[in-house]
Amino acid sequence: MRIVFEKRERVSHTVRVLVPVISLVFALVFGAVLLLFSGVSPGAAYAAMARGAFGSSRALAETFVKAIPLMLTGLAVAVAFRMLFWNIGAEGQLAMGGLTAAGVALFASEGLPSWSVLPITILAGTLAGALWAAIPAALRAYLGVNEVITTLMMNYVAILLVSHMYHGPWRDPAGYGFPGTARLPETAWLPRLYGRAHLGLFFAVVAAVVLWFVLQRTKWGFELRIVGENPEAARYIGIDIPRLMLVAMLVSGGLAGLAGVCEVTGVMRRLQQGLTVGHGYTAIIVAWLAQLNPWAVLLVGFLLAGLLVGGDQIQMAMGLPAAVGLVLQGALLFPMLGGALFTEYRLRIVRTATEDFRTPEETGLEEAGS
Amino acid sequence: MSRRLWGSVGFLVVLALMVGACAPPATPEPTEPPVEEEIAEEDLPVRAAFVYISPPGDLGWTYEHDRGRLMLEDELGDLVETAYMEDVDEGPDAARVIRQYAQEGWDVIFTTSFGYMEDTYEVAEEFPDVVFEHCSGYMTRENMSTYFGRIYQPRYLSGLVAGAMTEENLIGYVAAFPIPEVIRGINAFTLGVRSVNPEAEVRVVWTNTWYDPVVEREAAEALLDQGADIIAQHQDTTEPQKAAEERGMLSIGYNSDMRQFVGDSVLTSPQWNWGTYYVDTVQDIIDGTWRTSQFWGDLESGVVMLAEMSPLVPDELRQQVETERERILNTDWDVFCGPIADQDGDEAVADGVCLSDEEMLNMDWFVEGVIGEPG
Repeated sequence: MRIVFEKRERVSHTVRVLVPVISLVFALVFGAVLLLFSGVSPGAAYAAMARGAFGSSRALAETFVKAIPLMLTGLAVAVAFRMLFWNIGAEGQLAMGGLTAAGVALFASEGLPSWSVLPITILAGTLAGALWAAIPAALRAYLGVNEVITTLMMNYVAILLVSHMYHGPWRDPAGYGFPGTARLPETAWLPRLYGRAHLGLFFAVVAAVVLWFVLQRTKWGFELRIVGENPEAARYIGIDIPRLMLVAMLVSGGLAGLAGVCEVTGVMRRLQQGLTVGHGYTAIIVAWLAQLNPWAVLLVGFLLAGLLVGGDQIQMAMGLPAAVGLVLQGALLFPMLGGALFTEYRLRIVRTATEDFRTPEETGLEEAGS
Repeated sequence: MSRRLWGSVGFLVVLALMVGACAPPATPEPTEPPVEEEIAEEDLPVRAAFVYISPPGDLGWTYEHDRGRLMLEDELGDLVETAYMEDVDEGPDAARVIRQYAQEGWDVIFTTSFGYMEDTYEVAEEFPDVVFEHCSGYMTRENMSTYFGRIYQPRYLSGLVAGAMTEENLIGYVAAFPIPEVIRGINAFTLGVRSVNPEAEVRVVWTNTWYDPVVEREAAEALLDQGADIIAQHQDTTEPQKAAEERGMLSIGYNSDMRQFVGDSVLTSPQWNWGTYYVDTVQDIIDGTWRTSQFWGDLESGVVMLAEMSPLVPDELRQQVETERERILNTDWDVFCGPIADQDGDEAVADGVCLSDEEMLNMDWFVEGVIGEPG
C-alpha cells in the first residue's frame, strides 16, 4: 500500500470551500500550540489580535492603511499570474511608483495649478511602475528571458535607487542630516478618509471592479485566461501572446506603482525609510490565497492586513517579544498556503497491485515542471 | 465556492469598506489649559508605553531604555504599569504603533528614536490628553516633551582613554547617521583624543542605520582593515566591539557598559542611565505637575556617565580622566569651549568662547582630526 499525490480531475465547489476552512482551523490550532509554548492563553491572544485589528474605528482605519498597498499589489500580481507571468517584481514597481510620485510632487509641482498636482503625481507614479514592469515583460515576450529572475533582480535596483535618492540628492537640506526628503507640498497629499486611511482604498476597489469586469467580460480578459490556462491553444487560435503579455504587465506594474504612490502621498507624505517593507512580496501570498480573483484579493488583503496589524498586539497586550508575533504570522499563513495545494491535488491511498505501478509522468505531478 | 458567491462576498466587503470610509472624522477635542492637580485615585496606575527601535537584547541603546523602564516599575510599583513594543521601524509602522498605544488609553508614551519625531508629533496633535516624550528630537507641543542627555561629555572623557592608548594613532568610529547628535559625539570624542594625542586621527564610517548588527560589524571590520587599532561607535549593538575583540584590538563602547558583554578589550563606554528621568516624569504626571519641556541632562544629572574602565587602562590615565571629569562638573568649562579648529584647520570656536546649546544641537561640521564627511 502506498500514498500517491495526484491532481484532482475536477475541483468541486465543496472542495473550494472546505479546503480553506480546514486550513484556517489547522492554522489556528498550529498558532495556538505556539502561543501555549510562549506561555500565554491562545484565546486571549487571538481575542487581543482581533480587537487590535478590527476592534474600533481607529483600529479598522489602521488595518485599511496596511490593506491598501496589499490590495493594490495583490491585484497587480493576480493580473500577471493569470497568464502565468511570474511577476515577483511588485516590490520594485511599487518603489518606482513611490519614487516618481515623490520626485514629481517635490520638484515638478511648482507653477502647476494646485488642483492638478495630485492627479499628475498619481499618473506619473503609476506610469513609472508600469514602465518598470514593461522591461522584464519585453525581455520575456521577445527574447524569452525568464521573468522570475529579471523581476526579482529589478526589485533590488529599484529599492537601492530609492534609498540612494533620499540618502543623497533628495535629502531634505533642513532635515538635520536625517535621511529622507522634505515633506511633499500639501497639494500632493492624497486625502485621508478616516484616521490615516486614505483615498487609496477607493483606487483599490475601483481597480478590482474594473479588473473583474475586464477579466470576466471582455475578449482581452478571455485571451488572458486562455494564455494562462493553455498557452498552446492560445497560440493555435492566433492570440498575439507577446503583445498581450506586454499589456498585462503594464497593467500589473501600474497597479503596483499606484500602491507606491498611495504610500508616499497618502501615508508617509515624504520619501524615507519604510516605503519598501515587503508589500510586493506579501502580495504574492495575497494573490495565491485569493486564487487570483480580484474580489477575493480585496478580502484577503484586508484580512491579511488585520493579521499584520493585530500581530502588534502580541507585543502590546501579551508582552511577548516581536519575534513571537512574526513566527505566529508565519505559522498562521503557512497552513493556509500549503492547504491551497489540496484544492488542485489530493492524496489517495493506493493498494499495491501490479496494475498500479505507474510512471511519474502518469501521476500528473510532472506537469508542474514541464 | 462558486463565482457568484465570491462575487457577493466581494460586494459585501466593498460595501463595508465604503461605509467605514464614509464615517465622519473625529472632531479634535479642544485643549484645556493644564491644571496642577494630583491624578485621581481611580486613574492609577499611570500607564506608560515605550516604543523601541531595536529589541532590548541589543545590549546597547534599547537595553538602556529598557533598564530605565524596569527601574520605573521597581521604584513606583503599583503606581505604574508599563509595556513596550520592540523592533519598530522608523516610518509608517512607527506611526501606527504610537497611535495604537494612544488610542488604547496609555497615559504617557516614550518614543526612543530620533526618526519617530514627526510621527510622535502627529499623534500628539490628535491625542491632546496623552503625554508624549520623544527621545533625542527637537519638536515639542503642549503635550509633547523631548529628552536627551549631554552624552558628548562622557564621550569626550572616553576620547582621552582612546587617544592615550592607540598605538597606530588611528581610531575607527562606526557612526549611524550624519545628524547633529552623532556629529557632536564624534567631535567631542575627537577633542578628547587630540587633547592627549595630537597625532591621532578618528576615521568615520556612516552605516545609515541605528540597528543592524551585520552592517555595524562590517563597518568596524572595514575600519580595522584600514589600520585602526581602537573602535568607537554610535550604534545600537555591541557588534563593533565584538569585531574589535575578535581581532585582538581595543574599543570604546557606547550606550551600556559594553565591557560586561564583550570583555576587557572595551576600555570604557559613555553610558546612558534613563531610570531617574523616567521615574521623575511619571511622578510628575501622578502629581499633576508635568509640563512640556526639553530635558538635556549632563554628567551631574546622572543621565549620562562614563562606565567603569577596563583593567587595561593604567592608573595614571584614570587619574587624568577623573581630573577632566571634575573640570566639567566643577568649572564653567565644557567640551565645546574654544579654541577649536575645524577639519580644515580654520578656527571654528575662538579661545574663551563656548558654543551655545543651540549651536551644539545644530552641529554639522567636524573638528580637526576627523577623517570623513559630515553628511
